[in-house]
Amino acid sequence: MRLFTVLFALMLVASIFLNVGLHNVSATEIVGGEKIFKKCKTCHQIGAGAKNRVGPHLNEIGGRVVGSVENFKYSNSLLELKEQAIRWEKPMLDKYLKEPRKFIQGTNMNFSGITDELERKKIIEFIWQVSESTQGSSVQENSLPEEILSIAGDRDYGEYLSSECATCHQASGKDEGIPSITNWPVKSFIIALHAYKNGNRKHPIMEMITKRLSNEEIASLAIFFNSINN
Amino acid sequence: MKLNRRHFISASAGITAAMSAPVVFGASRPKVVVIGGGAGGATAARYIAKDSKGAIDVTLVEPTRSYYTCFFSNLYLGGFRDFDSIGHTYGKLANDYEINVVHDWAVDVDSNNRNVSLAGGGSLSYDKLILSPGIDFVDGSVPGWDLSSQNKMPHSYKAGSQTQLLSAQIDNMKSGGTYCMVAPPNPFRCPPGPYERVSMVAHKLKKSNPSAKILILDPKPKFSKQGLFEEGWNKHYSGMIERIGPDMGGKSVEVKPDSMEVVIDGSSEKVDVCNVIPAMKAGKIAEIAGVTDGNWAPVIPHSMQSRKNDHIHVLGDASSQGDMPKSGFSANSQAKVCAMAVRAALTDSKLFPAKFSNTCWSLVDTNDGIKVGASYEATDEKIAKVSGFVSKTGEDAALRKATYEESLGWYSGITSDMFG
Ligand SMILES: Cc1cc2nc3c(=O)[nH]c(=O)nc-3n(C[C@H](O)[C@H](O)[C@H](O)COP(=O)(O)OP(=O)(O)OC[C@H]3O[C@@H](n4cnc5c(N)ncnc54)[C@H](O)[C@@H]3O)c2cc1C
Ligand code: HEC
Ligand code: HEC
Repeated sequence: MRLFTVLFALMLVASIFLNVGLHNVSATEIVGGEKIFKKCKTCHQIGAGAKNRVGPHLNEIGGRVVGSVENFKYSNSLLELKEQAIRWEKPMLDKYLKEPRKFIQGTNMNFSGITDELERKKIIEFIWQVSESTQGSSVQENSLPEEILSIAGDRDYGEYLSSECATCHQASGKDEGIPSITNWPVKSFIIALHAYKNGNRKHPIMEMITKRLSNEEIASLAIFFNSINN
Repeated sequence: MKLNRRHFISASAGITAAMSAPVVFGASRPKVVVIGGGAGGATAARYIAKDSKGAIDVTLVEPTRSYYTCFFSNLYLGGFRDFDSIGHTYGKLANDYEINVVHDWAVDVDSNNRNVSLAGGGSLSYDKLILSPGIDFVDGSVPGWDLSSQNKMPHSYKAGSQTQLLSAQIDNMKSGGTYCMVAPPNPFRCPPGPYERVSMVAHKLKKSNPSAKILILDPKPKFSKQGLFEEGWNKHYSGMIERIGPDMGGKSVEVKPDSMEVVIDGSSEKVDVCNVIPAMKAGKIAEIAGVTDGNWAPVIPHSMQSRKNDHIHVLGDASSQGDMPKSGFSANSQAKVCAMAVRAALTDSKLFPAKFSNTCWSLVDTNDGIKVGASYEATDEKIAKVSGFVSKTGEDAALRKATYEESLGWYSGITSDMFG
């Protein structure tokens, strides 16, 4: 297992040097990148005040050590790369975004990837630019007390409660204008709902929906949505 | 945790469920008949079939093979959606959820013998009947108009050919002509609907017929999201839209379909397109089933069960329930509470507390979306509002665009929640 990861890490580094490299992109391409970043927004924040969501915040990602954002629960695959002090560079991210789960086996990033090379270029330029302009501005997620995070929800009740959500959030996990909420890690889901409930994250619909959910109901929804497989 | 009978039933309904049915449920599976395959009925049928995993025999009666959603039909009028994109069929409900979809009209309900008669001659017995027939129009509410005038003066308040007709009439309007809307009195389906329609008609005319005028004859002193709509109309369609409220004659309107005239407080005016949206009542079958009281069917908020009959539930526009507006979102929300209550009554699945919510988005112009919404709970007396929100005037363009994009997500969400 360990040997495998070391080998894998070596292959990863090698593949970076073999990459032809990305050309410099123009301002319009970066503008395009912001639009495409919508695909990532479901899970990642970037820019001033960015917090961890389903995925870690992406501030200062250029050159950042893989798997190094504090208080984010990474997969073992990313943590093993962290141990080897591998850093995010453009060509490596390009490969990761192309086929996340093929490039880093065992990653938790539940994202199918972007096949279009130009799209990937645009998005990477965008992230890099924002990343440089946000040195040191990220804040940690408001942490919830462990007793809230560890409430055992009731899946059946969660299933009933989830029917309210399904009018907007598709059970299939498709995002056609409203983010996908299936298959999230249970704790991230609980944190996200409490952020709306506490008013730390603003959105009139979600604040209204969560305001009347009890801690137990939130925990039940979290287990139910985590358990739908799609 | 309490063991639940439905865990023992095979997830792949059909044959397995049918075979296990005699053991688990006695001689036959309980029967639910749903009348109306719209926002309320399709959702209720789908949830009962999905969650009972074959333990309940579900039949859905709906005359049309393609259901065109009223929601987003205004966007079709504005040129933002094509007609096909608001049409939905029942194939998945029949094939994936094993619902018996019967394309026919229900013409009678014998509530003593729990039996529904169909126009085609068939009949269906039920243990529980769910009615979600939408609306019909109140005869004589707009003097001079009845259903036989709907081709000259369309209502387009049930989507489908009426919507296409209105669209064609607007396209063919003479240069500088007048589109007139006779707006409905409260309560009616989709409170922002007529005003979103005005916005969409204005959007279209601004491009194709910029000297055209829009005249709204309104019996109500105020309407949903009024400040937001009026802000948008001033911004995008300045000088194009005139609204005559009840104080100026909007309440005493007569129409003459043959000469395309509207008579406002005694004085007559020629118009080119006349969109008459009459007063509304519950779809006729609710009255036939004997569950209406006046124009609407009163229900018990905890389960959407009729207050007049223990074996009938009424959903959506046809019901009178309290604070929820008559919307597709509301009908869909009520259907899930009803489905949960019906399953609990017929099998031993759990009964949970009723929760409802609603959000109605409207499009004012390209990327200028607004919304209003609220959450509701069941009290013994009515479905009561808990809290709500509404867009604000003066919001920036990015927020309005995001609001519009959300509505696209919602449309995909609710239609997949209804039709699978
Ligand atoms: C222009 C417009 C815009 C709207 N926009 C929105 C919006 O943005 N958001 C929103 O949430 N809502 C909106 N609505 C409201 C929404 O369309 C209705 O509130 C919703 O469709 C109500 O659902 P329902 O199940 O009660 O009735 P319907 O969806 O109308 O379904 C009733 C069904 O019953 C069938 N039926 C009737 N009688 C019988 C019978 N005897 N036998 C068998 N079948 C029968 C009909 O064919 C029909 O398919 C809008 C409405 C209009 C007119
Ligand atoms: C469905 C949620 C989801 C989506 C969508 C998503 N990600 Fe991720 N991403 C994650 C998760 C979870 C992780 C942590 C992975 C792990 O621990 O294996 C992650 C990790 C990353 C990392 C590594 C961060 C680090 O600290 O090492 C980068 C970079 C990244 N994602 C970029 C993107 C970009 C760019 C997009 C859009 C094109 C995107 N992601 C879309 C969930 C997502
Ligand atoms: C009326 C539509 C609607 C309903 C109903 C709704 N949501 Fe949301 N939800 C949204 C929108 C829109 C967003 C994006 C909000 C934002 O930008 O912060 C969202 C965001 C979320 C997020 C954060 C997503 C992310 O990517 O960070 C979660 C988690 C969530 N909703 C869960 C739920 C749950 C659980 C329910 C049911 C109890 C629910 N929602 C009901 C519209 C809805």
